[in-house]
Amino acid sequence: MPDAIIDAASWILIVTGGTFCVIGALGLLRMPDFFTRMHAASLIDTLGAGLLLLGMMLQAGFSLVTVKLVFVGLLLFFTSPTATHALARAARARGLEPMAKEDGTNSGDENEGHHQ
Amino acid sequence: MFESACIALLLTLAGAIARALLGPTVFDRTQAVNTAGTVAMLLLAAVGFLTNRPEFLDIAIIYGLLNVIGTIAVLKFFQHGDLGDPGSAPDSIADTSNEDAR
Repeated sequence: MPDAIIDAASWILIVTGGTFCVIGALGLLRMPDFFTRMHAASLIDTLGAGLLLLGMMLQAGFSLVTVKLVFVGLLLFFTSPTATHALARAARARGLEPMAKEDGTNSGDENEGHHQ
Repeated sequence: MFESACIALLLTLAGAIARALLGPTVFDRTQAVNTAGTVAMLLLAAVGFLTNRPEFLDIAIIYGLLNVIGTIAVLKFFQHGDLGDPGSAPDSIADTSNEDAR
């Protein structure tokens, strides 16, 4: 009986994580400018990866596999914000501007900024 | 269960690769490649469970380490035009806007 509960919880976590991954990919494709796309991609690194890894941990039980999954999760937890921060910083340094203006209106130009 | 995870991850990978091919700026492409690396890590883990060979997780850890180093290196190159640049000066954003003496 506990096995069935753990299986069901693992199913829910893995399916939800996969859904969040697909939503993040849709955002990566459909968002209008670079900074909003970065926001969508962070969904894959946090909720998508986190829920998938949690589901796999439930399947693995107490073993070395779970320790490795925790390491993968910690790696994502520390490197994903670092990479995102470096990316935003590099884009700003290269003159890429976010779409929103100071007064909150939309500039409406996807390729604004004098990059590359 | 892991089949559905694999399918979702493959869809995500397809989206990331499409963005890497479409992306108007080099930063879009770098972001897409970083996302593809993350998805590749998860896909390695899922395939390891699917084939009952969890040793694949070691490859996933190594892949993640290489992925973040590659992303930072590419970003440093495109931000400063030089991999050896310290790049941590507080006013380096103002410095790079007027490409002086590099």
